[in-house]
Amino acid sequence: MSVLTALLRRELALAWARGGGALLAVGFFVAATVMLPLALGPAPERLAAVSGGVTWVVLALASLLSLDRMFERDFEDGALDLLALGPLPLEMVSAAKCLAQWTVNGAPLAASAPFVAVALGARLTTAPMIFAAAALGGVAFAFLGGTGAALALASRRGGVLIAVVVLPLLTPPVIFGGAAVANFTAGLPWATAITLLAAYALACVALTPFAMAAACRNAQS
Amino acid sequence: MFSALANPLRFMAFSRWAAPLLGVLATGLIGSGLWLGLNAPPDYQQGETVKIMFIHVPAAWTSMLAYACLGGASFVSLVFRHALADAAAKAVAPLGAAFTAIALITGSLWGRPMWGAWWVWGDARLVSVLVLLLLFVGYMALRASIDDEARGARAAEILALVGLINLPIVKFSVEWWNTLHQGESIMRAGGSTLAPVYLTPLLLAGAGYAAAFGALWLERIRAEVWRRRATSLALRAALA
Repeated sequence: MSVLTALLRRELALAWARGGGALLAVGFFVAATVMLPLALGPAPERLAAVSGGVTWVVLALASLLSLDRMFERDFEDGALDLLALGPLPLEMVSAAKCLAQWTVNGAPLAASAPFVAVALGARLTTAPMIFAAAALGGVAFAFLGGTGAALALASRRGGVLIAVVVLPLLTPPVIFGGAAVANFTAGLPWATAITLLAAYALACVALTPFAMAAACRNAQS
Repeated sequence: MFSALANPLRFMAFSRWAAPLLGVLATGLIGSGLWLGLNAPPDYQQGETVKIMFIHVPAAWTSMLAYACLGGASFVSLVFRHALADAAAKAVAPLGAAFTAIALITGSLWGRPMWGAWWVWGDARLVSVLVLLLLFVGYMALRASIDDEARGARAAEILALVGLINLPIVKFSVEWWNTLHQGESIMRAGGSTLAPVYLTPLLLAGAGYAAAFGALWLERIRAEVWRRRATSLALRAALA
């Protein structure tokens, strides 16, 4: 257990230090949202209609930002080889990395999502649902993003490649999360959507570490 | 049968006559399907445009068949480390992307007279086929961007399996999303029961597309095997 705690602490410290950490992701999230009223026009009713959905899309994009250094740094300096030799299986190491990624990127993004949505005109009462959906969806984003980052190891072009590989896989969480927020706003039953989102996030937590570990071993061989 | 074909020499001997045979079969089937289909009476609702179906629907079927083949070949290559399965996976991806693109383009051409729009987000099938195309593109991009061939192959195979697990979920989620947003009522005219005048040519064209897919796939695997032989011969010549 102490090995796992030490690993988690290391991953958190690295994720926090990596490329500006949470500040960068939240900064991108806010900056990209500012573009929206500038492009659509300032009409409040039009912005309010798209506020939930747009928040959700920009969230998915923002969570892709710091993925390219997630495995790459450890791969370049040899730390990944040491981790592979260590007592924990690579599956566990990958899961710890994704957990750290979620803590440093996903959670602050989820915390800032209600503010952004409300600023665009979403009703204040929807804020808890937006936060919950963003936090749950962030788990899926972190683990699927980690899979993309591990697969892109040893490739020539990290960032764009990860986005192309990962974005199609993000379709289900975007649909479920967007539906949860939209139904909650419209006063419709929303439990199905958020349950499906949680189920998808849990399936990602359970399954993607195996893909990440296989991808790391492939890059090391 | 498949274990026997795992031997590259036997595969090359088999595919040498199987690929042209499938090609001839595909020409006959697609030709007769299109002949029957184009001479079928126009639909009472859709008019002549219903005939796009005989090009569009088989392409959509084949695109899904192609992803299943990509997943299967990737699995065999990943688990049994078989070089021929890897060549098969590499060869099928652009083919699948091409069939998916045909399905999307003809669907869009069909949608224009039927729905009055080139693209309708309300149709679940259209959206999930677009995601399928993106999965093919992601596979090819990942494979192309890793210089080391063996490494790129394995990374792409892992991605293909992740996509294979994800694809039914994508399909389910898009259909679920579609029922949720039933604002713009989309009517698939023609209904669920297809008259035999349409069903026979559709099935003929479907079998023809599958045969054409098989023929092209075999040819592409053959080309990949030859390419690998040429590369290794060139390496040997350079070392000598």
